[in-house]
Amino acid sequence: MSVAPRMPKCWREESKPHKFCPGCGHGLVLKALGEAIDELGIQDKVVFGADIGCSLLAWDFFNCDTVQTHHGRTTPVVTGVKRANPDLVCIAYMGDGGGYAIGSQHLFNAAARNERILAVLVNNTQYGMTGGQMAPTTLPGQKTETSPYGRDIEQAGYPTQGPEAVAAITQDGAYVARGTVANLRQLKGFLKKALENQMAGNGFSFVEALSTCPTNWRTNAAKTWEFVEKEMTKYFKVGEIKAPGQKKEA
Amino acid sequence: MAEKPIQGERKAFLTGNEVVAYAAVAGEADIMYGYPITPQNEIMHYWTRMAPKYGKRFLQTEDELSAGFTTLGGVLSGAKAFTATAGPGNTLMQEPMSMAEMMRIPAVFVIQQRGGPSTATVIYSQQEVTMTTYGGNGEGFRVVYSTATHQDLFDYTIKAFNTAWKYRFPTFVLGDGYQAKMRESVTIYDPQARGIELIKPTPYLGKPGSIGKDREVTHMRNTYNTEEELYEVVMSMAKEYDSVAPEIVEFDAREVDDAEIVIVSHGVVSRAALSAMLELRGAGYKVGYFRPVTLRPFPGDQLRKVADNAKRLLVVESALGQFNKLVQTNIYGSAATIDTIFKPGVGVTSEEIVAKIKATL
Amino acid sequence: MAKAVKIVLAGEGGQGVQSVAEILAEAANTEGREALYIPNFGVEQRGGVSVAYLQISDEAIGSPKFQKGDIVVALSERAVLRTQRYVDGNTTFVYDTSIEGIEDQLPKNAGRVLAIPAIEVSKEEFHPRVFNILIMGAVIGATGVVPLDRVKAAIEEKLGYKFQENPKLRELNFGALERGIDLVQKAQ
Repeated sequence: MSVAPRMPKCWREESKPHKFCPGCGHGLVLKALGEAIDELGIQDKVVFGADIGCSLLAWDFFNCDTVQTHHGRTTPVVTGVKRANPDLVCIAYMGDGGGYAIGSQHLFNAAARNERILAVLVNNTQYGMTGGQMAPTTLPGQKTETSPYGRDIEQAGYPTQGPEAVAAITQDGAYVARGTVANLRQLKGFLKKALENQMAGNGFSFVEALSTCPTNWRTNAAKTWEFVEKEMTKYFKVGEIKAPGQKKEA
Repeated sequence: MAEKPIQGERKAFLTGNEVVAYAAVAGEADIMYGYPITPQNEIMHYWTRMAPKYGKRFLQTEDELSAGFTTLGGVLSGAKAFTATAGPGNTLMQEPMSMAEMMRIPAVFVIQQRGGPSTATVIYSQQEVTMTTYGGNGEGFRVVYSTATHQDLFDYTIKAFNTAWKYRFPTFVLGDGYQAKMRESVTIYDPQARGIELIKPTPYLGKPGSIGKDREVTHMRNTYNTEEELYEVVMSMAKEYDSVAPEIVEFDAREVDDAEIVIVSHGVVSRAALSAMLELRGAGYKVGYFRPVTLRPFPGDQLRKVADNAKRLLVVESALGQFNKLVQTNIYGSAATIDTIFKPGVGVTSEEIVAKIKATL
Repeated sequence: MAKAVKIVLAGEGGQGVQSVAEILAEAANTEGREALYIPNFGVEQRGGVSVAYLQISDEAIGSPKFQKGDIVVALSERAVLRTQRYVDGNTTFVYDTSIEGIEDQLPKNAGRVLAIPAIEVSKEEFHPRVFNILIMGAVIGATGVVPLDRVKAAIEEKLGYKFQENPKLRELNFGALERGIDLVQKAQ
């Protein structure tokens, strides 16, 4: 006998159980995001943009107005919505390929302009939907379909440090953090602060979430959690990186 | 807030880019998104000078992909949003345009054609016809107005917003570098003073009210799981496009009834064609003139009748047959023969057309 | 259909040929006639020859560019070379006498060729900055395409704010304009 877990109020019951693979971290990120939306009572004002890739499977996840876009183009679509109607709370939801590769010019320019939107980027170290190719976030030595002998840093460089890069180019007023599905309470806190930051009109908000992909990592449950908690955090430091009013580190 | 930008109507002497900016303001556009590229830059320059006076907005983006997609975002939030581009920018913008096609987003795009392929020239061409009518990975569910004069630029920029919002197909004003940069007289007017009703936009996303109580939630799709699902979507769009096409189609035909040869051209080239036709008629030649104003949908039935009647067409364009391809497809089955003047990326003068017809008649 | 008067003006960047075309177009427009002015604007506009195409007519004007000009004005050596293609037997070709050693390069098929010392006169009698206004005078002197008072009104429209600050500038500009007419008529 099983008891259905409590769902955030803004989740859409009709689309559950969701379409993500077993063990995928997207459901956890969207749970944290859903709870943050509930706690802020903003369900009716949210415009949620879903990027292409596994992020797209979130397109009917919420009972919030949602638009599918193109690969990498969620940031400009959501920016366009926000610029024309600043009363809405706009969220661009994307993967590491969408945010750091094909849509990097949009992410970094939206950040530089301090667009009053929230970009949520799910980092699972590879392209999930297309079958596990190397991504900007693939770890050195990590095997993927396009780096079958492991990511060679001579050829492919080091994993992109997205939040650090965004923090470096944003003005005061931006909120930047990296959370992980291994600490959902903290991730929800980051997402909630990021949404509040947008609603206060302070500036760009960006949360990267370290996430899991047992399907393409070909890992069992134990190995999956070991990878996200131990291997990924060697390169991706979890925590708040920038918040309005915080002094810059010397 | 300031009064209406244009009271009643008045004669003005402007560049085409200025005309577009005035028309967008007069047509009650709310926001422009744009990225610099010659020869459309001054549309942004004039818009950014006028817009704040009338509570309108502007965003300069990082590239044309972003200009196109932010424009779509603006429309989704219920704003009359537009952008302008040219050449390589038009190439990049095909991606957002195809999303507009799929999701029936009434965005307005102004294209000031420049030379191609590649960076080519910043001056002029009619080489963006194929791309603007059928670009992107789509089926050309678009409305494309090809303008010839500053009056056209003003009239059809205003009209483009109405067409887009009425039929919910992305709508294009296809100009060129000559029209963008040249100065000539134009009558600018307040559309409402002329009895033109401006369609009010409505939001797709973020409508007022509480979800589940006052309104339904909106989930907008452009991705489908099965071939059959996509087929249904595309075919129902095709059916709707075809059913409204006769209302949208516009063309100008002159002296075609007794013509032995009809000059077929569009956009700024049709000015040379018209001069040539008038000059040749004055000299006793039986020459006609046909100009599609809409390249999508194309006035195919109308042109086929003209072709069947005259039996000879002279197709003239500043491209290597892009417009002629539309002509041939649309008059398929007609016995008319086609002569051509193709000058890719180069202007056409009436003298050339006159000489060609005199040599062949 | 009445033929438009077709004018080509070419010079080095900074010689002000675009302003001449624009003011003449404005003058014709305020007179209720049709005018169409288009600047060349290739990448070469920065540091290259600047060409202005102007048509004035009583009826709607056809294509913005044209094959042959009724009057072609070339103000530098490069401009003389660049504008050859716009010249035929009906063309009045005007060039500045200060362009040295250009005689062999002048278009041989022109209807007539007029040399005027515009650069020299503007420098000695007026101020180098009104050189283009003097050229404007030469164009209306050669074509009669727009009446003098209309051109003065168009200049007033464009530069009136400067004239208010310094009324002597008005004298300077209008003087140069009339001298331009005079120069071209003497050259005939």
